[in-house]
Amino acid sequence: MTINNVMRGTVYVLGDNIDTDQILTAEYLKINPASAEGREELATLAMCGLPEGALPFINSQTQRAGYDFIVAGKNFGCGSSREHAVVALGASGVKAVVAQSFARIFFRNCVSTGQIMPVTLNEGCDIRALKTGDTIEIDLDAHQIATADGILKTAPVGELANIVAAGGLFAYARQTGKI
Amino acid sequence: MNIHETDDYASVNINQGMTLTEKIIAKASNRTHVSPGEVLFVNVDVLMSHDPCTPGVASVFKKEFGEEAKVWDPDRFIMIPDHFVYSADPQANQNIRVMREFANAQNITHFYDVGTPDYKGVCHIGLAEGGHTRPGEVLLGTDSHTVTAGAFGTFAIGVGITDGAYALGTGAIPLMVPATIKVNYYGKKAKSVQAKDLILVLMKELGVEGATYNAIEFTGNVIDELSVEERMTMCNMVVECGAKNGIMVPNQATLDYLATRTRIPYTVMTPDEDAQYVRTIDIDVSGLTSVIARPHSPDNVVAVAQLENIAISQAYIGSCTGGKTDDFIAAAEILWQRKVTIPTYAVPATKEVFHNLITTQVKGRSVYEILTRAGVKLSSEPGCAACCGGPADTFGRVRDPISVISTTNRNFVGRMGNKGAMIYLASPYAVAAAAVSGFITNPERYLTNDY
Repeated sequence: MTINNVMRGTVYVLGDNIDTDQILTAEYLKINPASAEGREELATLAMCGLPEGALPFINSQTQRAGYDFIVAGKNFGCGSSREHAVVALGASGVKAVVAQSFARIFFRNCVSTGQIMPVTLNEGCDIRALKTGDTIEIDLDAHQIATADGILKTAPVGELANIVAAGGLFAYARQTGKI
Repeated sequence: MNIHETDDYASVNINQGMTLTEKIIAKASNRTHVSPGEVLFVNVDVLMSHDPCTPGVASVFKKEFGEEAKVWDPDRFIMIPDHFVYSADPQANQNIRVMREFANAQNITHFYDVGTPDYKGVCHIGLAEGGHTRPGEVLLGTDSHTVTAGAFGTFAIGVGITDGAYALGTGAIPLMVPATIKVNYYGKKAKSVQAKDLILVLMKELGVEGATYNAIEFTGNVIDELSVEERMTMCNMVVECGAKNGIMVPNQATLDYLATRTRIPYTVMTPDEDAQYVRTIDIDVSGLTSVIARPHSPDNVVAVAQLENIAISQAYIGSCTGGKTDDFIAAAEILWQRKVTIPTYAVPATKEVFHNLITTQVKGRSVYEILTRAGVKLSSEPGCAACCGGPADTFGRVRDPISVISTTNRNFVGRMGNKGAMIYLASPYAVAAAAVSGFITNPERYLTNDY
């Protein structure tokens, strides 16, 4: 997908240490995320591993994410290396995940696939005021997020910024003549 | 047990020595020196993929390099089905067929296919058995527990499908050089304390994101004295605290193991004496007792002795973490002439492990016989099985909201099948002890000194 530098939409709020089994349960690893059918199937399964009683993430009418963004605490995407998790979120319609920090492989998979934008909040940013359903506006160039209560500052992408800017690893490799 | 810490990271200078991880990355990127934070194109020695990810890797590979494209090196792409092998699930079966077609079309040398004498089982253990984990090399795998191979002095990391496909086409990948945390285990450990306990203690110390983006370099007399498989258990779980890789300088046992597994020459590398570490953690294991990770996080670690009254409904012995030969021998020491009182499922990681259960004896009886006489439901179908839940018909899958004790690596919500289940992670000794008593139990109660 193409990432817009200013994105506005609703949020689904989660806590710390959301692992990849909660994003996409391991039994669905049998789905090929790089095939059109697989992508379609994964789109309806995003966040299927959330604990019993969690607010539905997938809208039962549209069979897609009911929200544009996920906002989470620390260590989002910990656990498995499954790219299926990133694809499930992207295919379901999620444009960005905003988190206090990311697990390494999940972050890398976001960057390499270009499927969703991983946005890291500056240290000390308080997200407790945000509730599921709130509207926010993410400005990637200005490194900030506007919420109803004010501004949250976000960190630069870091060392992999070139790959993010290109839209993924293969796009980056082509741009730079690596392949 | 004592844990001491120092922070001794200063600004990097080019004449500074390098850690083991830095030295391997420097060699693989044709550099004399690398520093943490640099992003470099690194040459890959071995790439591994299994059944949940090979179809995706193959799709991305064909899309990006062309339908007729050839892999960079058919000797170096190792294909190991392991996750959903013994299932009637049509999609799971289809993935194995896709692997077969790809291996045929690409003339892949090492494809450990299901239903053939080559079949192995859990990829991380199969990689070692096949001689694919070599010191000083770069190994990528499309599985987070690829870090297991760090036990051989390999720089081994988990990657996604897109990165895997890129490496498959080019033999290289851009990687950031991680800063290294040094962890030194020293002192004399009790017989009841196993590698699983040692790594869980580090989980507690670091927390689930305490090593994110870092390498963990293990050292100390306790690490030197561990068996090859125990060292694999240590490196296996570093991803549970966010680490990019775990690594050790191979000990003599490891070099002996490698000598029987590979004829490919390799270079044993060691960290420079003046290498810089972002953090150093010294762990004195003297006085350490069995520990256990409570639900639902691997860093939620306490002494087993603190939870002894908790009833357990099911036990599980298996996976890359706790389904190796040493793990089953440990379980057999506890289960010798005893019976399990709760359903206890055991899945050997690989076919070789299963064979070893039959040929290895504990107090005059084979491990296989000890386990089956004890009432353990022992699968003859090696693989990942219920460690990650799997399809509905997976052996040992947790179907009810019960308390389970397991030798595996993750106790996230729903990880082993049922979202309401409470998963406790512990050593093979502690899991076997709980299987006998039906409660979380300090294995010292059952261990004697005559093994």
